[in-house]
Amino acid sequence: MKLTLKIWRQGGKYKGEFVTYSLDDINEHMSFLEMLDVLNERLIRQKEEPIAFEHDCREGICGSCSMVINGRPHGPLKGTTTCQLHMRHFRDGDTIVIEPFRAKAFPVIRDLVVDRSAFDRIIQAGGYISVNTGQAPEANSIPIEKEVASRAFDAAACIGCGACVAACPNASAMLFTAAKVSHLALLPQGQVERKRRVLRMVAQMDKEGFGRCSNVRACEAECPKEISVSHIARMNREYLFAAVASETLA
Amino acid sequence: MTSIYQKLDSKIPPGPLAEKWDYYKNQVPLVSANNKRRIDVIVVGTGLAGASAAASLGELGYNVKVFTFHDSPRRAHSIAAQGGINAAKNYRNDGDSVYRLFYDTIKGGDYRAREANVYRLAQVSVNIIDQCVAQGVPFAREYGGLLDNRSFGGTLVSRTFYARGQTGQQLLLGAYQALSRQISLGSVKLYNRHEVLDIVIVDGKCRGVIARNLLTGELERHSAHAVILATGGYSNVFYLSTNAMLCNVTAAWRAHRRGAFFGNPCFTQIHPTCIPVSGDYQSKLTLMSESLRNDGRCWVPKDPADTQKHPNDIPEEARDYFLERRYPAFGNLVPRDIASRAAKAECDAGKGVGPSGLAVYLDFSDAIKRLGRETIAARYGNLFEMYEKITGENPYEVPMRIYPAVHYTMGGLWVDYELMTTIPGLYAAGEANFSDHGANRLGASALMQGLADGYFILPYTIGAYLSKEIRTGPISTDLPEFERTEREVADRIRRLMSIGGNESPESFHRRLGKIMWNKCGMSRNAKGLQEAIEEIRALREEFWRNLYVAGRADEFNPELEKAWRVADFLELGELICRDALHRNESCGGHFREEYQTADGEALRDDENYMYVAAWEWKGEDEQPVLHKEPLVYEEIKVAQRSYK
Ligand SMILES: Cc1cc2nc3c(=O)[nH]c(=O)nc-3n(C[C@H](O)[C@H](O)[C@H](O)COP(=O)(O)OP(=O)(O)OC[C@H]3O[C@@H](n4cnc5c(N)ncnc54)[C@H](O)[C@@H]3O)c2cc1C
Ligand code: SF4
Ligand code: FES
Repeated sequence: MKLTLKIWRQGGKYKGEFVTYSLDDINEHMSFLEMLDVLNERLIRQKEEPIAFEHDCREGICGSCSMVINGRPHGPLKGTTTCQLHMRHFRDGDTIVIEPFRAKAFPVIRDLVVDRSAFDRIIQAGGYISVNTGQAPEANSIPIEKEVASRAFDAAACIGCGACVAACPNASAMLFTAAKVSHLALLPQGQVERKRRVLRMVAQMDKEGFGRCSNVRACEAECPKEISVSHIARMNREYLFAAVASETLA
Repeated sequence: MTSIYQKLDSKIPPGPLAEKWDYYKNQVPLVSANNKRRIDVIVVGTGLAGASAAASLGELGYNVKVFTFHDSPRRAHSIAAQGGINAAKNYRNDGDSVYRLFYDTIKGGDYRAREANVYRLAQVSVNIIDQCVAQGVPFAREYGGLLDNRSFGGTLVSRTFYARGQTGQQLLLGAYQALSRQISLGSVKLYNRHEVLDIVIVDGKCRGVIARNLLTGELERHSAHAVILATGGYSNVFYLSTNAMLCNVTAAWRAHRRGAFFGNPCFTQIHPTCIPVSGDYQSKLTLMSESLRNDGRCWVPKDPADTQKHPNDIPEEARDYFLERRYPAFGNLVPRDIASRAAKAECDAGKGVGPSGLAVYLDFSDAIKRLGRETIAARYGNLFEMYEKITGENPYEVPMRIYPAVHYTMGGLWVDYELMTTIPGLYAAGEANFSDHGANRLGASALMQGLADGYFILPYTIGAYLSKEIRTGPISTDLPEFERTEREVADRIRRLMSIGGNESPESFHRRLGKIMWNKCGMSRNAKGLQEAIEEIRALREEFWRNLYVAGRADEFNPELEKAWRVADFLELGELICRDALHRNESCGGHFREEYQTADGEALRDDENYMYVAAWEWKGEDEQPVLHKEPLVYEEIKVAQRSYK
């Protein structure tokens, strides 16, 4: 198939602009990233700078790949990361616009690569259960309802890609943060630190410069792991409850 | 090739097998909390092994620096593990025990692993599950609220714990969160987007690393009293593998060049159930978890004339369920090496299916009939979806097409019982070491080993060495050894950047991969291996003459990163072939065509090859030197491996 690509280039000789490339030998069974590999091979042969993009597992689990394709983070398919997207979902002759995830808290490093370390700092602020190695009780001494474990898993399935932020008109990180708060708040092991955790994680989220949530729900629509916005509702409840409790204590 | 019968000291503790680890822990010198604060430890890698080690050492009070070339510790390749993690909990009451897990692992490894290490692994396996549950890892559960299990290949018990098809993700997030907590407490400092390009040796001890800041291209010196490499496996020497694209051997290989022996490099694992290659543009292969063989049945048409027919049009009596036929006791759950070779044999006999003829069917129709679509969806839903995304076919309706692909490397840096390499102060953990899986790893045992090394073994064993370092004091990075090593790294980068040829690193990597797969892949022979060695040398020569690296060295430059990694793979590839050539037997994942039984099974030679091959680097144009660690089995009766 033949394609026209308009790709955001930033760094090296590019100040930050769209550059147009045309490709005419694309196989429909290729993945989207393999299509970019083909373009990069060509650029290298012409001694031009290849397009920088992040990727690693290429099977939708590491959360590295991050680009906005025709206005949608991870492209047109629901529940699919860019690396899992195949060219059979495009048509011969299509023009495809490719941009990095854009948000104040995700500065562009080069071309399609952005800095998402703000997510790590949100987790560092409290996204864990404080248990040192060796302190754990026997695993089956904590029975957990299958249904509860399964809901906790749904939240824990977040791959930390940042598409929710890129999709949100306010560049809010609510879905990412809520997924972790929810995962741990649902489990009995997570109860002790429940209040402290949500307060600290939300404070860090604000500090990183992510925007507020105004219930647009674009995050849920674009999340490749289909993390539900119900987790945001849960986090809001957790937050309120914790904030009230901490005021009463103070 | 010279071979030296120098005794490698594996430091196996005395006493009966079942008591060695306790004995060791009881006598190992301890470092006081006070002194730990004065000791620096560098951990390279944040996969299961690295993240668990860094978190645990931080909790103990050491000053830890942890490095990853990824943007975040959570992106390590461990995140992609699907099927599960083994532990000898015996929650099923089906006769499992520490001994049985130990026995299955040794047998599965075709009697090429060290008994004492494997026994210890089975012992600590139970603690891992406890630790992970306490961290909040959402393992699968039964209706009663207790943990669920499934079976994996090479075992007759159900001891695999899992979190849907994303076990690695959940375990890694558990370790990542423990690590994040230590980072927030200040006991661990994270260096993300930093690639370790060499280790620094001072007075014979490993004292630090040279790392490249991948954002700026700057070289940095970092010192420590001990360094742990938890940098993963080297499957990507084959270019196409199930590993994440960025997995590489650089840290381990650089350590090898500085004196760390490389153990059993030819022990590579081919996984039987992967999505077949679809074209030249293919960049990686996708694994379909082994757990699928719990319910999926492998078959090919009996008649080669049927291979291009629609599978649903081939009647039952015209299908050959070749694993069930050849291995009635284990059926579809034979170990990986055996299942892979059986699939290859069918394809070689002209019975392969799909456009390339290089695939067999993995069929769920019986299981769907028996258990219902919903149960199958609950067990494997995400794997089925992944399959459909890649191939455009729906496995609920048509059988999957699968073919073996490179998946895991049992070989790695040689380590003793304490996980120390042959360089004092340098440790290797997780897939980066050679230790526990012999010539073939059982499914769900890599996650177990990575976490065992990081949570429960290194925190003890590293104390044996560090207890002698409490008076050393901080190590200066101004030492001439740091300066010299940094200069060597800078020179090599300059060399890579200045070749100015015409071919990309990726292209060289693909060419290397083809040589490795064709001549050192699922089956090997002396002639092919000799040819491969010559071809790799020629390719290496061409690489240093005709490479083109775009961009500059003093900026973010993924092409330069790739070029350096490919340069190291080009050296490792030759060593793998040499090791495969010297091992005149077939065992586990190493299948030499010259050594097989009449019915095509691997033929081991215990008389001559019951040892670990540990290779010593002697220089770029020198032959490596072989050292042997004999394997002594005190507890287990060595037998011909049979799954019939
Ligand atoms: C698709 C797939 C599925 C699997 N499923 C299972 C399963 O179900 N059960 C099971 O037991 N095993 C499974 N395995 C195997 C298992 O996942 C791996 O063996 C294991 O995760 C390796 O962990 P690790 O910590 O040793 O290394 P990795 O997870 O590979 O981590 C390596 C780390 O080192 C860092 N690093 C490497 N080199 C450098 C350097 N030079 N400088 C700085 N940082 C560096 C990387 O950034 C990364 O953080 C699977 C493997 C694959 C490919
Ligand atoms: S919530 Fe979804 S979109 Fe946001 S980081 Fe997690 S997986 Fe990505
Ligand atoms: S490359 Fe790992 S999720 Fe896309």
